[in-house]
Amino acid sequence: MAKNAKAQSQDKSPNNGAAKMEVSKTEVAVEITNMAKWYGEFNVLKDINFKVMKGERIVIAGPSGSGKSTLIRCINRLEEHQQGHIVVNGIELTNDLKKIDEVRREVGMVFQHFNLFPHLTILQNLTLAPIWVRKTPKAEAEEVAMHYLERVKIPEQALKYPGQLSGGQQQRVAIARSLCMNPEIMLFDEPTSALDPEMIKEVLDVMVSLAEEGMTMLCVTHEMGFARKVANRVMFMDEGQIIEQNEPEEFFSNPKHERTKLFLSQILH
Amino acid sequence: MAKTTSNSSNSVSVVRSEMAPDMPPPIRTDGIVAWLRSNLFNSVSNSILTILSVLMIYYALSALIGYVVADAIWQGTTGTDCRVEGSGMCWPYIFNKLDFFIYGFYPDTEYWRPNIAFAIGAVLLFLLATPRIPGKMIWGFLFLIVYPVVTFFLINGGGFTGLVEVPTEKWGGLMLTLVVAVTGIVASFPLGILLALGRRSKMPMMRSVCVVFIELWRGVPLITVLFMASVMLPLFLPEGTNFDKLVRALVGVTLFTAAYTAEVVRGGLQAVDKGQYEAADALGLNYAQATTLIILPQALKMVIPGIVNNSISLFKDTTLVSIVGLVDILGAVRAASASQGWTAPTIPITGYFFAAAVFWVFTFAMSRYSQYMERQLDTGHKS
Repeated sequence: MAKNAKAQSQDKSPNNGAAKMEVSKTEVAVEITNMAKWYGEFNVLKDINFKVMKGERIVIAGPSGSGKSTLIRCINRLEEHQQGHIVVNGIELTNDLKKIDEVRREVGMVFQHFNLFPHLTILQNLTLAPIWVRKTPKAEAEEVAMHYLERVKIPEQALKYPGQLSGGQQQRVAIARSLCMNPEIMLFDEPTSALDPEMIKEVLDVMVSLAEEGMTMLCVTHEMGFARKVANRVMFMDEGQIIEQNEPEEFFSNPKHERTKLFLSQILH
Repeated sequence: MAKTTSNSSNSVSVVRSEMAPDMPPPIRTDGIVAWLRSNLFNSVSNSILTILSVLMIYYALSALIGYVVADAIWQGTTGTDCRVEGSGMCWPYIFNKLDFFIYGFYPDTEYWRPNIAFAIGAVLLFLLATPRIPGKMIWGFLFLIVYPVVTFFLINGGGFTGLVEVPTEKWGGLMLTLVVAVTGIVASFPLGILLALGRRSKMPMMRSVCVVFIELWRGVPLITVLFMASVMLPLFLPEGTNFDKLVRALVGVTLFTAAYTAEVVRGGLQAVDKGQYEAADALGLNYAQATTLIILPQALKMVIPGIVNNSISLFKDTTLVSIVGLVDILGAVRAASASQGWTAPTIPITGYFFAAAVFWVFTFAMSRYSQYMERQLDTGHKS
């Protein structure tokens, strides 16, 4: 196992990291049109329409139960939508299992509760999908894994089990695990909500550096500081619909919708 | 005690100026007497219970040792030697019939064949079951695929093997018990997993078939299954088809156990966190990969106690094969107790005692091994 894996050819990060947060004008990453979803009788998502360009960083905020998690879980088909269209990287999500797998290979996801595989070591957690899904040779997968573990600053934990790590470390491993699949788009479902206050920053730092490298990101989060810093659009949801979306500066300083104003007044004490 | 400074005596302000160092835990000064006092005699009721327990253990042990060792008959050649008033076990009988208990009616000139088969089995099982030994895939393949075939031809003989054929009717004793138990346990395990997965499948047909199978087999007593397999099955099959009696019993036992295993495994599948399924899906693993790499390893680890419980139960239930005329160890004991020259009041009890001890040794070993495996597979924490 290569402990000192250098930057990989797989790694899309350009050298001038921070300088580049460009949004593509032509390449669409995710396009959702007229999408709706029901849980039984309950209409959990209604009239969802938006487009995410390559390199965009979108923060989705809203009260609990507003459907924001459900929305991003539809993007990699962890939830099924019943109406409208979702096109990810040019692939429309339908019941076609092949298409779903294709999308999932290109879309990384980070969960609130990390969902690391507890019976595998950190290194095995990272190499599992590249080896089995991408058919990457084991040695190469391990090299890539070590590279990303160094990026999230915990290469020394490679041979431990998830249960031996702190929450913040586990979440960083989870991010690295997604990155090992070399995704085009990253989804974050409240990645810091289950963390101790002292560990939130270490995870946000990793996310900021990802954003600076031009990763297309959709984050459900309550971290408004993060939204201000990296998002180029903030989306506010309530009752299963997008109530308001705007650039972060405008969104925070001059919210238009009453519900948004109320929400912001509640969380930005 | 704490090294802190406060700016005035009645202020709430406390600032630690020096971190307290880690200290070794207090040394236990209590000797055995103190331990006894604090654990066994720390109250009147506990003292009474302690004394009662000690008395019970004493009576049970002294009776057991008396029966098995002290009052037992060790010398002799016939049952007459064991006709002693108040005597315990009749060991000469065990020594004399040991071969029969182990091999049943298997011809004694061919004992080396099952011996070799079981030696190979023991070695393979050891290689497979010891975590530190590498090459589990090879040992698993040899034990699960190659070994049963080799064992069959070795013990059965005939045909191309050039060995004297010993038909399964002559297999018996502990040998037969082990054949039935090992086949049942090993073969029912993958079948049970498939049934459990099928029962949780999203495909309605698949699910219905598995539910019906499980509920049907779980709903009938094993004795009925065996009886049906040996008496009823031939009636339904075309004339002249002749399934081996042992094979029929093996199939019955395997399917019966698989239904139980399926429900145990299903419990484990349900206990795996939903996030694990989602993480596997999100990484693009397909159903087979997610199931074998992520879900089953966690689910099976959780149900080790249940599976071992099933295995122990099956191991003892193999005695029921005597209902279809197979002579397992218990059948051998029963048959031998009526044999000529060995009629004495203590003979039947001696035989049953011996059989019980053999069963206990095997099942206790299984139980200990499962506890060892649980510790081995413990990676510290849940997800």
